[in-house]
Amino acid sequence: MRFRLVQTAIDTGTSRLELLDGGAGGYVSFEGWVRDHNEGRAVRRLEYEAFADLAVKEGDLIVSEALERFPIQHALCVHRTGELAIGELAVWVGVSSAHRGEAFAACRYIIDEVKHRVPIWKKEHYRDGDSGWVNCERCAAAPAHEHAHDVI
Amino acid sequence: MQLKIQYYAILREQAGRSEETIETLATTPADVFLQLHSRYGFTLDREQLKVAVNSEFSDWTRTLRSGDALVFIPPVAGG
Repeated sequence: MRFRLVQTAIDTGTSRLELLDGGAGGYVSFEGWVRDHNEGRAVRRLEYEAFADLAVKEGDLIVSEALERFPIQHALCVHRTGELAIGELAVWVGVSSAHRGEAFAACRYIIDEVKHRVPIWKKEHYRDGDSGWVNCERCAAAPAHEHAHDVI
Repeated sequence: MQLKIQYYAILREQAGRSEETIETLATTPADVFLQLHSRYGFTLDREQLKVAVNSEFSDWTRTLRSGDALVFIPPVAGG
């Protein structure tokens, strides 16, 4: 599978080696890190949860699409699940290609599609003790939504 | 018929469980969701979700068969 879920630290060194190819003149990677703030709130840690069966299928489909759309050699995406601390690596995308332009474009395509399509969810735990599922709390917006977090 | 339902993320927390087997007269994912939405008081509406049947994305009006496994998919936030 060219999309993988892992529960421990992503080993970018080993993943990168899988992309080596005599026909490749370059390699582009993207690392998504856990940030200490989001939309004005201080974040203490994150929790990622995946619907593994479908996440791996959809992720692999996205990488296949990138391989069809762009003249690249290899591509791979690894996503972490579970509890992550600030600064930890949440997602890694690597692409090798004969020329750099296609590698940048394919890498961008993969991370953008993964964020929009793969069934992975992120729960932010804030410094103030509150917590919430990203994209799921505010959009639940009934008029009196401010206290929707109290279900947790 | 019997259906297996798996819950993730905000729906898992609101349902208070990760999975269950339900007995229902509903024949489409849309009708199953209506029943569960009412039972658990989910804050997300169907329009905000996608649905998967047997680990494949599905449309809401597909005719279900006994033993199918359903997952309602809240807005995703990977990366």
